[in-house]
Amino acid sequence: MGMTMTQKILAKHAGKKECAPGDLIEASLDVLLGNDITTPPAIDIFERSAFGEVFDKEKIVLVPDHFAPNKDIKSAQQCQKMREFAKKQKITHYYEQGQEGMGVEHVILPENGLVKPGDCIIGADSHTCTYGALGAFSTGVGSTDLACAMASGSTWFRVPDAISVVLHGEAGPYVTGKDVILYLIGKIGVDGALYRSLEFSGEGVAKLSMADRLTICNMAIECGAKNGIFPVDAITIEYLNERVPGGYQAAPEWILPDEDAVYEKTIEIDLSSVRPMVAFPHLPSNTHEVGTFGKIQVDQVVIGSCTNGRIEDMRRAAAVLKGRKVAEGMRAIVLPGSQRVYKQALKEGLLEVFVDAGCVVSAPTCGPCLGGHMGVLAKGEKCVSTTNRNFVGRMGHKESEVYLAGVEVAAATAVLGYIGSPEELN
Amino acid sequence: MHFKGKVIKYGANVDTDVIIPARYLNTSDVSELASHCMEDLDPDFKEKVRPGDIIVAGSNFGCGSSREHAPVAIKGSGISCVIAPSFARIFYRNSINTGLAILECAEAAEEIKDGDFIEIDTEEGKISDITSGKTYKASAFPEFISEIIGADGLVGYTKAKLK
Repeated sequence: MGMTMTQKILAKHAGKKECAPGDLIEASLDVLLGNDITTPPAIDIFERSAFGEVFDKEKIVLVPDHFAPNKDIKSAQQCQKMREFAKKQKITHYYEQGQEGMGVEHVILPENGLVKPGDCIIGADSHTCTYGALGAFSTGVGSTDLACAMASGSTWFRVPDAISVVLHGEAGPYVTGKDVILYLIGKIGVDGALYRSLEFSGEGVAKLSMADRLTICNMAIECGAKNGIFPVDAITIEYLNERVPGGYQAAPEWILPDEDAVYEKTIEIDLSSVRPMVAFPHLPSNTHEVGTFGKIQVDQVVIGSCTNGRIEDMRRAAAVLKGRKVAEGMRAIVLPGSQRVYKQALKEGLLEVFVDAGCVVSAPTCGPCLGGHMGVLAKGEKCVSTTNRNFVGRMGHKESEVYLAGVEVAAATAVLGYIGSPEELN
Repeated sequence: MHFKGKVIKYGANVDTDVIIPARYLNTSDVSELASHCMEDLDPDFKEKVRPGDIIVAGSNFGCGSSREHAPVAIKGSGISCVIAPSFARIFYRNSINTGLAILECAEAAEEIKDGDFIEIDTEEGKISDITSGKTYKASAFPEFISEIIGADGLVGYTKAKLK
């Protein structure tokens, strides 16, 4: 039976010629990721189990990004535990707050060249599926999985069925990867791809930037998918060649899906028909096209996160905010996704645009996305956010509301005071 | 394993943000996590839950974050088992790994009512609703998963693997 990209990568890492949906396999891992919420329990398990040394200090990436810069004493202790473990185990890729290469985990792993096509990656963070954009198999797991894999270098997977998502055409103005993935989630629902891989293809892929693809794969989990994955093309290679140490010229040929690969179903998306989308509370699938609903007044806008904190996102936000002012009573918070994004935004004058417009510009952190810090919502408040989840209480009080959108809608909303598109500013 | 308890029922897509809000994730202390379990979805949960009680919910239970704190908080609050038509995949893994019993059974999840007394035999996948007198059969765990459970969870399994 023909195999999909995901199935090929899993088979390869399990030392098998082939595998089929439903097979339970033990796969070797190329990268293991943990953050300051999920790593401390993993360290407890690792040490309690007397696992001794990690299997490979080069393959573990630890990023204190959620409640860091430390928001309170307990968070500081969690980060401290991680830091001490990294030091003791001589973990190569431990990133300290503020230092080179640091930022929000799913922004920095690709940025630092740690992800390659064909890799098999787990992360104790649900948005680890981001790296499928680079042709890797990458999925989220829990702390016990991370602890055991740090010891053994492998983990178990159930080989997933696949859904083929074929992209056609080219997206229109103000339509980005965020709108494409919100459109897809709205179409299939929050469990529409449960346990399955989302395999993207079609001539529309070439029209999507790396930033768009990373955003799309980032939110594969929001429709229940195990992973999302893009084919490798010239755009991927160029991105990798600039970032992977020693350069990157070509992806291994074995990752290509077989011509007779089996997909449970196929979803066709014409990118030119996708409009700027907003997911209303309290599910990412509760999507509406901008312009199809009345005026919804908003108290806060957040621009950033592992979904939309890349330099392209900063540029898009600045293009909307340049020469404009944030609406009266509105709090607009911009979080560049990494130190590198921050510095580039500084160089390009984007941070000045944000400050002049009346935005808070924060250090890179996941903070507000999960109601941690740097923009928690009060009772009854509404927020338009470029993040990935809008569940009850996600960003603060259980009676607050989160509307998910792309960067340009978020930036326009900051100026308008209600949810709207950049077109309304002209 | 055998469980017997009162049913606490919820709808579909119970997400990890309501199971244990992120604002409490600056600790991994079980009793502290348990004390905030379900508080944004069901503020009375803490008062009404009794040791052994069983959550019966709609599809895609545990969707959202990879936080293992979610099954840990549920188990810590005294819940013995969760029954749903389907579970989000990371939650499913985390439950197996942390020893929270979970069963997939669409019929039971739909028909069993809040407050019913039910009895569960996880080996047989048998669910008996004592209140209504009906019985249900849940999907059995794949053999490999049973092996992990049999090895006292993933840690035990990994230790044996590394030997």
